[in-house]
Amino acid sequence: MPILKIKDLHVSVEGQPILKGVSLALEEGEIHALMGPNGSGKSTLAFALAGHPDYRVERGRVLLSGEDITHLPPDQRAKMGLFLAFQYPPEVEGVRLREFMRLACGDQGHGFCEFQEAYPKAVRRLSLEELADRELNVGFSGGEKKRAELLQAWLLRPRVALLDESDSGVDVDAVKVIARAIRELAEAGTTVLIITHYPRILEHVPPARVFVLQEGRIVQAGGPELARTIEAEGFKAVQR
Amino acid sequence: MKEKTALQRGLTKGIVEEISREKGEPEWMLRLRLRALEIFHRLPMPRFGPDLSEVDLSDITYYLRSVEPVASWEELPEEIKKTFDALGLPEAEKEALAGLGAQVDSEVVYRSILEEVGAQGVIFLPMEEAVREHPDLVRQHFMKVIPPEDNLFAALHGAVWSGGTFVWVPEGVEVEIPLQAYFRMQTQGVGQFEHTLIVAEPGSSVHYIEGCSAPRYTKVALHSGMVEIVAKEGAHVRFTTIQNWSRNVYNLNNKRAIAHAEARVDWVSGSLGSKVTMLYPTTVLVGPGASTENLGFTFARDGQHLDVGARALHLAPNTSSRLVSRSVIQGDAKATFRGKVYVSPEARGAKGHVECSTLLLSPGAKTETIPVLDAENDEVELAHEATVGRISKDHLFYLMSRGLTEQEAMSLIVNGFVSPILKEIPLEYALELKRLLEMSFEGAVG
Ligand SMILES: Nc1ncnc2c1ncn2[C@@H]1O[C@H](COP(=O)(O)OP(=O)(O)OP(=O)(O)O)[C@@H](O)[C@H]1O
Ligand SMILES: [Mg+2]
Repeated sequence: MPILKIKDLHVSVEGQPILKGVSLALEEGEIHALMGPNGSGKSTLAFALAGHPDYRVERGRVLLSGEDITHLPPDQRAKMGLFLAFQYPPEVEGVRLREFMRLACGDQGHGFCEFQEAYPKAVRRLSLEELADRELNVGFSGGEKKRAELLQAWLLRPRVALLDESDSGVDVDAVKVIARAIRELAEAGTTVLIITHYPRILEHVPPARVFVLQEGRIVQAGGPELARTIEAEGFKAVQR
Repeated sequence: MKEKTALQRGLTKGIVEEISREKGEPEWMLRLRLRALEIFHRLPMPRFGPDLSEVDLSDITYYLRSVEPVASWEELPEEIKKTFDALGLPEAEKEALAGLGAQVDSEVVYRSILEEVGAQGVIFLPMEEAVREHPDLVRQHFMKVIPPEDNLFAALHGAVWSGGTFVWVPEGVEVEIPLQAYFRMQTQGVGQFEHTLIVAEPGSSVHYIEGCSAPRYTKVALHSGMVEIVAKEGAHVRFTTIQNWSRNVYNLNNKRAIAHAEARVDWVSGSLGSKVTMLYPTTVLVGPGASTENLGFTFARDGQHLDVGARALHLAPNTSSRLVSRSVIQGDAKATFRGKVYVSPEARGAKGHVECSTLLLSPGAKTETIPVLDAENDEVELAHEATVGRISKDHLFYLMSRGLTEQEAMSLIVNGFVSPILKEIPLEYALELKRLLEMSFEGAVG
């Protein structure tokens, strides 16, 4: 049973059509990968799934656990268990990461006492001790931002996590930390979609299925071998 | 029990004399009042800032004793008692304060001071009592920090002042928990002109908090208080104001401090209420090494014009100032910030920093920042920063993508924006401010 189902999704940004009929399904509890060249529409798909108001769904539907979420506001999608790790997490001054997560966990029904225990644990898990009480992403390095996104996923325990380039700009050691967090998420039952250019992360977290997006369409779907083909031959090898 | 005492509306020599007689004042104070009245007649309305044409100075009751002073909360008239209960004053008095004064209309009706603080020699008295009981101390400073010549409302205040507090902290005494005053404008058409004078002797320290409120009437009301602070060598005075007047009040205040050598004066001002406010707490740094911090938080909503600012006048070497303002503006409100740092030729090594950030919550919100950095010697370090912004859609989306509602996301961002000031405000007020902020976020996304 797919937990997230995308049917013929057309999305435009500022009047510009970007996604031109994307269909794919994520199987519950599995790890998936979405690959594709720069500008192919991966982040657009992620934003549209999370409900960014600037990303207009012109056609098609998105079902989460069988429920139509195509036009729900972002907070309701989050409450239904959808999570997006941003490719470029914004810096929000004055808002503390800890306070933000305390609120977010509270909204999703985790108790405060539980949070008091969970937060330091998650912070250690992602090696973010130094940043635990800092303002949200403010002055974080590129790699720190990516780990902070994973930290949030780790705390919120979503049903579906879309990870938009959580591995790019991240050093070797940090990739391992991130990969471990993803594995643990998956083991705890989260369905994962890893959006990436690099097979590197996929060696640490082998995906059951790989999708390839080009020019706003899924051009291929396959097993982990697809990632290896792309590494060896580039995206032209999988052109339609 | 004495009858309510109300004087006729309008401002005449006779009214001023009656106020003085009513208070049983010494001759010198009456003369000061009459001199201020003369000056008042010569001075023009302020030539800058908000429109004050609605304020009719001949249609104000300048003195009203509506409630007799009492020794305990229980003796207050039911209505006033209920108000003060709702404001949590009796509770705060027990739990968090070294002393408390409460004023209704023109007179202080209740005052208390912790025994151990009184035993340290600290004086905390209604202004009138201080005039009678400590004439030498009061006379030395009263309207010397802000003379009546300074501006029209200073002169008006000098003529008709009533109520307020006198605080004197002896040399070396540190008052560890705050003193608080609360001002209530209870009766329609009555102006409030309380006078606060704080004298901190060398090496002493004190934190004074004032709060205020009024029921909302249709008629325009005038509040024109004055605060004078003298911080002697090495003293530290912190003055916090949370202004939440109802939206028919014109709040036109004068606040100024003199900081002697190595003294430090901090102003923390939260401006939320009133229809129009003009407020520019000023520190005059007269002694070497004196410093001041001036933190302002302004929250202007529909129909309000809050014209606020901060000034630091550096008149001695190695003095420093830091003026920080955060404004949040909603609806069609307007907030102006005037930040002024002046450095005299003598004040070598002065450092000044002015920082003003504004968050606009609606398309109709208006703001203006008017910095003046004026240095008359070149061994100074002055810096100025100003930013104006709206809540970013992307930030909002980011927070909402974690399950926060739009309201929660906005309030988190706004609270984050004002947090540098909020964290300087006593907790119970900070919570109240947060609540007020959270109540007003509709249509705020830019
Ligand atoms: N907010 C936006 N405004 C204008 N154009 C946009 C916007 N978002 C995406 N686009 C355009 O849509 C196309 C797809 O962008 P998208 O960010 O989805 O690509 P991507 O596959 O995530 O690329 P990358 O691998 O570089 O992250 C690009 O041409 C981009 O310029
Ligand atoms: Mg992208």
